[in-house]
Amino acid sequence: MNVAHFEYVQRLGDNALILGQRLSEWCGHSPFLEEDIAMANTALDLIGRARMLYAHAAALEGQGRDEDALAYGRDERQFGNFLICELPNGDYACTLIRQYLVDVYHHALYSTLCGSSDAGLAAIAGKAVKECAYHLRRSGDWVVRLGDGTAESHARCQAALDEVWAYTAEMFNGDAIDDAMAAAGIGVAPGSLAAAWRDEVEAQLALATLSVPRDDWSASGGRQGLHTEHMGRLLAELQFVQRAYPGQKW
Amino acid sequence: MADTSPPDALSRFERTIAAEEKIEPRDWMPDKYRLNLVRQISQHAHSEVVGQLPEGNWIARAPSLRRKAILLAKVQDEAGHGLYLYSAAETLGVSREEMLDDLLSGKAKYASIFNYPTLSWADVGAIGWLVDGAAIVNQISLCRTSYGPYARAMVRICKEESFHQRQGFEIMQTLAAGSAEQKAMAQDALNRWWWPSLMMFGPHDAESAHTQQSMQWKIKRQSNDELRQKFVDQTAVQAAHIGLVIPDPLLKWNESRGHYDFGPIDWDEFNRVLAGHGPCNRARLAARRKAHEDGEWVRDAMLAHADKQRARATGAAA
Repeated sequence: MNVAHFEYVQRLGDNALILGQRLSEWCGHSPFLEEDIAMANTALDLIGRARMLYAHAAALEGQGRDEDALAYGRDERQFGNFLICELPNGDYACTLIRQYLVDVYHHALYSTLCGSSDAGLAAIAGKAVKECAYHLRRSGDWVVRLGDGTAESHARCQAALDEVWAYTAEMFNGDAIDDAMAAAGIGVAPGSLAAAWRDEVEAQLALATLSVPRDDWSASGGRQGLHTEHMGRLLAELQFVQRAYPGQKW
Repeated sequence: MADTSPPDALSRFERTIAAEEKIEPRDWMPDKYRLNLVRQISQHAHSEVVGQLPEGNWIARAPSLRRKAILLAKVQDEAGHGLYLYSAAETLGVSREEMLDDLLSGKAKYASIFNYPTLSWADVGAIGWLVDGAAIVNQISLCRTSYGPYARAMVRICKEESFHQRQGFEIMQTLAAGSAEQKAMAQDALNRWWWPSLMMFGPHDAESAHTQQSMQWKIKRQSNDELRQKFVDQTAVQAAHIGLVIPDPLLKWNESRGHYDFGPIDWDEFNRVLAGHGPCNRARLAARRKAHEDGEWVRDAMLAHADKQRARATGAAA
């Protein structure tokens, strides 16, 4: 087994699962009924994507694990998602700003992964990129509506952007696994997505009358399993039933 | 609003009902028919919306990714049902805002069953199996209701509810066939959800405030007691099939009636929960109010942005 290949696909699954888990918390609590549906729908896309990626990673590993073993059977230090995905939802501005920044990244990432030399990953990317395009259209619209809405919504969006911005750099700082996968034509060198991401985000923020925050600090560590303190609680909730009653079918 | 109508309007309305044809939004209808429908449809819509909460309580803790995906899809469907139903009610001249205000002020009711807590994963199974199962029995009957938009909404909703009921039954079946702890979890959920599910059909026919008029106008097509019996008959067989015991010592097949007999319902409990004193009434309403209040700035921003866009378009055109 190629460990880097397995890890690479598993990390993609981690980003999908953890962000989907966060979004699903809005179910029944969002600002109006149409948004309850949209949030559940986006969360469902992400959970579905996590399932496909984990199943693919488990097959690459060939040790008899399945999607649930990867989602429910690992501890915090073994998850390789970006920190931005595990941050608490905050208010609606915070959730949507985060979503937008990740959607721009995911859309570019999965567009490129459609050409992966790993045919299984390319097929998953083919499905994911359609969802990403829709997610991006939605979150991009919301950023403009809320940024260029009322004084309050503008202030909330700017505060959310200032808070979350430091967590975006991590998406582009690859490690040896990313390098190896990019060299093998399986994955994407994350740094190669940075300039286009920045251009697209800056243009949308301008439409939203929001200021691009200063790059004065950045958080990182997700790829190495060095998470925020929020991650343990998220996993405690996600994994509770399987941890309490191990080895059962559900 | 008084009925201002052509002299033959009422007899035309009654003939339409008698002929099993649908009343449509632009047709004349008695005020009481309209109000009765607004009450019933909006109550149904509110139930779908509040119903997101007890199941939503387990999305984050669903025990497998497959179950999590199914539950998310299901809760999303429920919110969608809320939307169709609010739209059906809007054809009767009431706005979604008015209906929502009535829910949040506590004036409008929603299905009392959602005022019980979901305490284990098996409760998600029990809600699908019993609560959606009871809802389908009622809703299949409502596919023949006399008001066109409501009947059509019901046809679509029934298809999705039948999927919900099956996934709930499948959860219970899996648990009942699992470890001793899982089976106990399933039995405990059945014990807690059984009687509230029977109460979902409402008071006995003799005590039901709305039944008689609703039956006459074919808003309701079968009485509370008929529908409840149908639910008991089908569920008793399903419980036996998966090896769970319905918590009613008087439940017994009655050969001469061709139905299951069952024990008396605790109407004091029903009335207590209906009056707002169930275990979760306050929490459910508080959650809906908080979502609405926390979302106010979002809704305001949407409107403000739309206004700006319109003003810019007008400015550009001028």
